Amino acid sequence: MRIPPKYTQMAAVALLGLATAVTLVVLLFIIVFVLDKGLPVVSWRFLFTNPQNMGRAGGIFPTLVGTVLLPLLAIAIAMPLGVGTAVYLTEYTRETQVTRVIRFGTDCLAGIPSIIFGLFGFIFFVVMLGFGWSLLSGGLTLAIMILPTIIRTSEEAIRAVPTSYREVSFSLGATRWETVIKVVLPNALPGIVTGVMLGIGRSISETAAVIFTAGSSLRLPHSAFDSVRTMAVHFYILAREGLSNENAYGTAAVLIVAVLMINLTAYWLMHRFIERRTK
Amino acid sequence: MTESDTKISVRKLNVFFGKFQSLRWITINVPSCRILGVIGPAGSGKTTFLRALNRLNDLTPGTHIEGEVLLDGQDIYHPSFEVVTLRKRVGMVFALPVPLPMSIFDNIVYGPRLSGVRDRGRLDELVERSLKAAFLWDEVEDRLHTSALRLSGGQQQRLCLARVLAMEPEVILLDEPCSGLDPISTAKIEEALTALKARYTIVLVTNNTKQAARVADDTAFFLMGEMIEYGSTSQVFTVPREQRTNDYVTGRFG
Amino acid sequence: MKFDRETNVQRLLLVIALSAITSLLLIAVFIFKEGVPFILQVGLRNFLLSSDWRPHAGKFGIYPMIVASLWVTFGAMLIGAPLGVAGAIFLNEFVPRTVMRVIKPTIELLAGIPSVVFGFIGVVVLAPLIRAHLGGPGLSVLAAAIVLGIMVLPTIISISTDAIAAVPQTYREGALALGATRWQAVHMVVVKAARSGIVASIILAMGRAVGETMAVIMVAGNAAKVPHSPLDSAQTLTATIALEMASATGMHRQALFATGVVLFVVIMVLNSIATVAVRRRIGKNSKR
Repeated sequence: MRIPPKYTQMAAVALLGLATAVTLVVLLFIIVFVLDKGLPVVSWRFLFTNPQNMGRAGGIFPTLVGTVLLPLLAIAIAMPLGVGTAVYLTEYTRETQVTRVIRFGTDCLAGIPSIIFGLFGFIFFVVMLGFGWSLLSGGLTLAIMILPTIIRTSEEAIRAVPTSYREVSFSLGATRWETVIKVVLPNALPGIVTGVMLGIGRSISETAAVIFTAGSSLRLPHSAFDSVRTMAVHFYILAREGLSNENAYGTAAVLIVAVLMINLTAYWLMHRFIERRTK
Repeated sequence: MTESDTKISVRKLNVFFGKFQSLRWITINVPSCRILGVIGPAGSGKTTFLRALNRLNDLTPGTHIEGEVLLDGQDIYHPSFEVVTLRKRVGMVFALPVPLPMSIFDNIVYGPRLSGVRDRGRLDELVERSLKAAFLWDEVEDRLHTSALRLSGGQQQRLCLARVLAMEPEVILLDEPCSGLDPISTAKIEEALTALKARYTIVLVTNNTKQAARVADDTAFFLMGEMIEYGSTSQVFTVPREQRTNDYVTGRFG
Repeated sequence: MKFDRETNVQRLLLVIALSAITSLLLIAVFIFKEGVPFILQVGLRNFLLSSDWRPHAGKFGIYPMIVASLWVTFGAMLIGAPLGVAGAIFLNEFVPRTVMRVIKPTIELLAGIPSVVFGFIGVVVLAPLIRAHLGGPGLSVLAAAIVLGIMVLPTIISISTDAIAAVPQTYREGALALGATRWQAVHMVVVKAARSGIVASIILAMGRAVGETMAVIMVAGNAAKVPHSPLDSAQTLTATIALEMASATGMHRQALFATGVVLFVVIMVLNSIATVAVRRRIGKNSKR
C-alpha cells in the first residue's frame, strides 16, 4: 500500500519541526536554567568584592578584571594583525601562490582545538619565552586563536566596499594606502568591529587555552606578567572542585549574559552594516 | 594658451587586457581649451581610451599598453612619471555619480587635503569656487556639512564635477556623465562644461551623439577599438569622410 | 617619495599577512618537537594500542583514550547530525523567511555559550538522569555524547543551512512543476544537491567534537580504562591532556604532548576532508 505523498509530507514536516523544536528547547533550557539559578546570586557585592576561601564565599571581582583585560589584550594584538592581513589580501595583491598559502594557514588555524592552543601557549610563551603564567602569555595565545575570525570578517567587510569608491579616490590622486585609510577602512569598519566582537566573545568563553597560559591566580594583576583568572576558568574550578555550587551558578550567569550581549551587539552591528549598504 | 596648442598627444596607442586588444593604433592630438567629444557604440573602446589618459587602466590587472601618451610633451607611461601627480592634473568624472560617503564639504576637499592643503580658509574658498563652477553652489551652500548621499542624482554628478575642479586640474575627463540623468540635470552639466572649456581641456565620452553635437568642439568616432574619424564637430556631423561615421551619426546603427 | 612609502607599506603588510601561517607553523613545530621524540622512543604502535595508562609506572598506552574519543564523537554525531540537518532543512524549506531570520541567529547566538556551562549542565541535570534511569555512574560516554551532540548543533545547522540555501531555486521549481510535493522536492532534489555542504558541516562538527575539552572533562567521568558500554566512564584524549598537564613532568609531559600530536593530526585530516568536500561542491556548481 502506498501512502499518499500528502501524508508523507505531513509526517516529514512534523518530524523536522520536532527536531528543530528540540534543538531550540534544549539550548534555551540551558540558558534559562543557568540564569534562573545564577541571577539571584548576582549582586553588586558579588561582582565587586574579592573571593574568600578560594571562592567558596565572597565575590568574583578579580575574575571580572581578568575577563576584561585578557580579551582586551588579545584584541589589541589580533586586530592590527588581522585587519592588516585582510587589507593585504584584498588591496595589495591578486590571487597568487602566496595568498593561497596565507589562506590555507588561516583556515587551518581556525580548526585547531583550544587544548592544542593551550599546549602551545604553555610550551612557547610560558616556558620557552619565560613569560610564565601571565596576562601576556594568555593574551598572545588568545590572539592567535581569534586571528582567523578577525581576518575572515575583515576581508568580507573590505571586499564589500564598492570598487567605485576606490576608483574615485585614485582618480583624485590618492595613493593606495591613502585610499585604504581614508575610504576603504572607514567604510568597512562596522564589519570589522563585528569580527572583533565575535573574537571577544570567543575569548571570554575560552577555558582550556586560558588555564594553561594565564594561570588561575585570584589576585588582581599589577602588570602584564601577572597571572589572572577569567570567569570561565573560575566557573570551571568552582564547579569541578565542588567549592560552591551557588557561586558557580552566579559566575555562569554573568558569563552567559556577557557573551549573549556581545554576540547580540555583533549581530545588530552586522545588520546595520548591511542596511547601510543597501540604502 | 592659443587654440592650436596640443594638450595631450596620443601616438600609436594599443591597449591590451591580457590577450584581448581593446584599442588599436590610436593617434590623436587633443587640443587644449576645447571640448573633445568621443562617440561610438558600446564596446568600441571609448572608456578604455579615456582611462588611458589618466592611467586608471593600471588598476585592472593584466593591462598592457604600447605606444605613447604625451601630456605637455611628457610621456605619462614613462616609469619616472608619477601617477599620483598625473591624476591630480587629469581629473575624471565617472558615468554613475559616486559621492564618497561623507559630507559635501569633505567630498570636495578630499583631494586637496591629500595634497596637503590644511588652511581652513583656503579650503572654504576652494569649495565655494568649485561648486559655483559646477553650477551647484546655490543649491547646497547652506548644507555643506550634510551627507552627500542625500543629494539627487543630478546634484551628485555635479558634485563629482566640483570635486574634480577642486583639484585645479588641467584636463577634465568625463565618461558618459549624463547617462543616468534627467534632461534638466544634463543641461546644467553641459552648461558647466561650456563655461569650463575656457580654462580646461575637456574630453567627453558620450553615448548620445546629440550631446556631442551640442557641446563638443571636436569629435572623434571610435568603432571596435579603432578611431575611424576625427575632426571638428560640424565637419564630422555634416560631411563625414567615412561611410561608417555617416552611418553612426545618422542613426543607421548604434 | 610617496611611491617609496607605498612599497614599504606593501612589504610591511606582507609580513603582517604571514602572521597566520607563521603561527600555524610555530604551533605545529613546537607540539611535534615535544611529542614526536616520545612517540619514536616508545613506539607508535605501543603508544596507540596499549591499554595501559599508568604514567607513574612509565606506561603510556592511549588506546583507552582513543576508544573513548571515538565513541564520544560518534555518539555526538549520532545525536547532532540528524537533529542538525533536520533543523537546517526545516528552517530553510518549511518556515517563512521572516521566522527563519529570527531563529537562525538565535541558534547561532546560543552557540556562544561557553563549553564549561554545557558541561556543568551535563553534570547537574543529565548525569543524574542517566544514573537514575539507565544505571552506571551517570558521568559517562553517553552523557558526554549527548552534551557534545548538542554543542555541535549550531555548527551543523549553520553550515547546512547555507548549503541548502545555496541550492538554486530552479531546482525546487523544476521538481514542483513535475508534480512533486514540497517534501518530495526537498528530499529528492534539494538535499541531494546540498549533500556535500551538509557532509562538510558534519565533518567539521566532528572535528570540533574531537577537540572539545572542558565539557567532556566534566561529564565523561575520566576513568582511563577502555569503556565497554555507553554507561561507562571514560577519558578522552583531550581530557587526558587537560587533566594531567599541570602535574606532569619529564616523560609524562612528553606523553601528553604526543597525545596532542595525535589529536592535531586527526583534526587536520578531518578539516582537510571537509574543505575538499566544500571545494568540490563549489566546483560542481560552477561547472553548470
